[in-house]
Amino acid sequence: MGKHRKANAFVEFERVQKSYDGKTLVVKDLNLSIGRGEFLTMLGPSGSGKTTCLMMLAGFETATHGEILLDGMPINNIPPYKRGIGMVFQNYALFPHMTIAENLAFPLEVRKMGKSEREEKVKRALDMVQMGQFGGRRPAQLSGGQQQRIALARALVFEPELVLMDEPLGALDKQLREHMQFEITNLAHQLGITTVYVTHDQTEALTMSDRVAVFNDGRIQQLAPPASLYEEPENSFVAQFIGENNTLEGVVKELSGEKALVELDDGELIDCKPVNVTSVGQRTRVSIRPERVEANPDRLHPDAHTLKAEVLEFIYMGDVFRTRLRVAGRDDFIMKSRNAPDQVRLKPGEHIKIGWMPSDCRALDAL
Amino acid sequence: MSAPIEEPGEVLAADGTPLKRSLARALRVQKLRALMLIAPLLIFILVTFILPVADMLYRSVENQIVSETLPKTVVALESWDADSGEAPDEAVFAALAADLQIAAEQKIHTKLGTRLNYENPGMASLFRKSGRQVKKWDLETDGPFKEQFVDVDEDWADPEVWQTIKTYAPKITAGYYLNSVDMKLGADGVEVRPESERIYLTLFGRTLFMSFVITASCIVLGYPVAWLLANLPMKTSNLLMILVLLPFWTSLLVRTSAWKILLQQQGVINDILVWIGLVADDNRLVMINNQLGTIIAMTHILLPFMILPMYSVMQSIQPTYLRAAKSLGATNWTAFWRVYFPQSVPGIGAGSILVFILAIGYYITPALVGGTSGTFISNRIAFHISISLNWGLAAALGGILLAVVLIFYYAYDKIVGIDNVKLG
Repeated sequence: MGKHRKANAFVEFERVQKSYDGKTLVVKDLNLSIGRGEFLTMLGPSGSGKTTCLMMLAGFETATHGEILLDGMPINNIPPYKRGIGMVFQNYALFPHMTIAENLAFPLEVRKMGKSEREEKVKRALDMVQMGQFGGRRPAQLSGGQQQRIALARALVFEPELVLMDEPLGALDKQLREHMQFEITNLAHQLGITTVYVTHDQTEALTMSDRVAVFNDGRIQQLAPPASLYEEPENSFVAQFIGENNTLEGVVKELSGEKALVELDDGELIDCKPVNVTSVGQRTRVSIRPERVEANPDRLHPDAHTLKAEVLEFIYMGDVFRTRLRVAGRDDFIMKSRNAPDQVRLKPGEHIKIGWMPSDCRALDAL
Repeated sequence: MSAPIEEPGEVLAADGTPLKRSLARALRVQKLRALMLIAPLLIFILVTFILPVADMLYRSVENQIVSETLPKTVVALESWDADSGEAPDEAVFAALAADLQIAAEQKIHTKLGTRLNYENPGMASLFRKSGRQVKKWDLETDGPFKEQFVDVDEDWADPEVWQTIKTYAPKITAGYYLNSVDMKLGADGVEVRPESERIYLTLFGRTLFMSFVITASCIVLGYPVAWLLANLPMKTSNLLMILVLLPFWTSLLVRTSAWKILLQQQGVINDILVWIGLVADDNRLVMINNQLGTIIAMTHILLPFMILPMYSVMQSIQPTYLRAAKSLGATNWTAFWRVYFPQSVPGIGAGSILVFILAIGYYITPALVGGTSGTFISNRIAFHISISLNWGLAAALGGILLAVVLIFYYAYDKIVGIDNVKLG
């Protein structure tokens, strides 16, 4: 990447490294370019370096090496209060000794804005998150979801071009979280602001983002739009981390362009799509999404690869059936099938044939 | 439904008893158990704190000694006009003779003399002398007594002596309290004492002023330390905490004496200043046995009481508040002043109340390093308790001190709000 800057890049990380103790790197050689108006999510397990990246961008941590650019300007030496970046914190960080309106007026006050203009902007921001009548309350008098909205309004009230969000929905219950996901993305697109969102919740990442950067071990494992992240994971970590995944282990026997022949550990041979296997004889992990596995012979494509399986467990989940199978010596193989009138409900102990398209079966690194 | 119409506001339990009563019964056992758990402490506090305080407060107004020692005289004096400018008539002296003879028999006349001496110096010796003589008199035959009393001591002809006896005849008196604010009960009611006898108002004023100064310097010195304690990494802050607590593990006397060594004119600080050349050898600074010495030593001693509440409040202030303020565009100073400081005020309040109340009643340090200009009202109270034995006055001084603390507490509650005091 380095020299190949995107024309509309708004935020850029260039070879950024971060170490806290001088012994280990928390962020290793990070290169990332975020477009203007883009909604980018940093997703990863805890300790993967995603929050550190966000804090470096906000200015609360300094990069040990490398450059961070905001709108083409290096910002490494600019203190946080001069960066003009809005931020929503995990615990909202609403000032408890101020009312909601005072909280919202704070960023305008420190910018020396006049009183009438201030009041108007506060009102508009409160209306934007449908909290117009709550201006006189204190944060402790609001519910978690309401506090979340106020935190959002406060981060947006001074009209920043970039907003950072650090797991802002972590403390909310499931229903509220889904609702807020929708609201935040709507707002971000409506206002056209660039958003960097940190979460460890993959559903959140997939539903909200334009692009997702999957972090692990201080590196970006894959940077892609949600659909390709889910459907075309580039390595075992991403396949395993995003969504549910079936893994079969084996050795590459033949490799030719778009096809790889893999011999599974129990001797079965299957066709796969090679993703990051490079040579014959290499160990590989084969990844198949549970919903791409089919047990109904009528629905199976003629080119599909079939395998013997034994039903271990059948779980009725309403919209889908989840069947646990023993396949190729592993008994954690999951098949998901839609609850349709013609769908068979399998019983434990049944011996069946399952199949999938070779293109859905991706041969990845063995970790 | 055919349920009977309930009276509004009264909900009935399933068996028909009012719900309130049935709930109270259900909770009674729990309450009783809770009471049993705190009973030992409650009794301890009652015996060692509340009863003594109540006793002292009673002593500050109690004045039975006059009417108990001179019952007949007090009755006889009722008809005497204190403003007449003359000593009372023979009837009063006869009553006095009768009373004094009994009192001298029981050897309690000197106690009364001591008591009245607080109000009118000279009366102790008057009673001692007269008691000795009256013992020899025969009440039946030796009358009239007026002349004989005046022969024993001509003060008996002085109406002022009689005014004092009459003024202090009631069983309850405001005399001690008036004395505590440099006033006294005269013949014409309350009057201000002559300038040479005024002492307590100055002492109260000094005590309050110095307690304020000590509290303020504790805030100024303690705030940064508390901030460091709350914000340093665990390992360093633990070490710092030990340093803060170290004075607690050293004897108060040792610490105060250490200040003596440091501050005296031939002490360490003066020596260093002279050696550097900042101070001339014949013009060494006077830093002890005055107000400055008391303020320095007491600030040092009371500092932990300021730091600890501030620390525990600051510890509960999340660092994200400061980050949030900065991300919203506040400079470091604005973020501190507008966001951090207001949240730390409850800690300052708690520490200030603690330090101020401790300071206002402090005794040992002002006694050791205060000299004459740096002593507190508490030193005067101690004097009256253990040397002059005027417990009534000591109790009144203490009562005023208690009232002052309560007034400040009330004012604090009105201005800042006591809900804003947090110890953690």
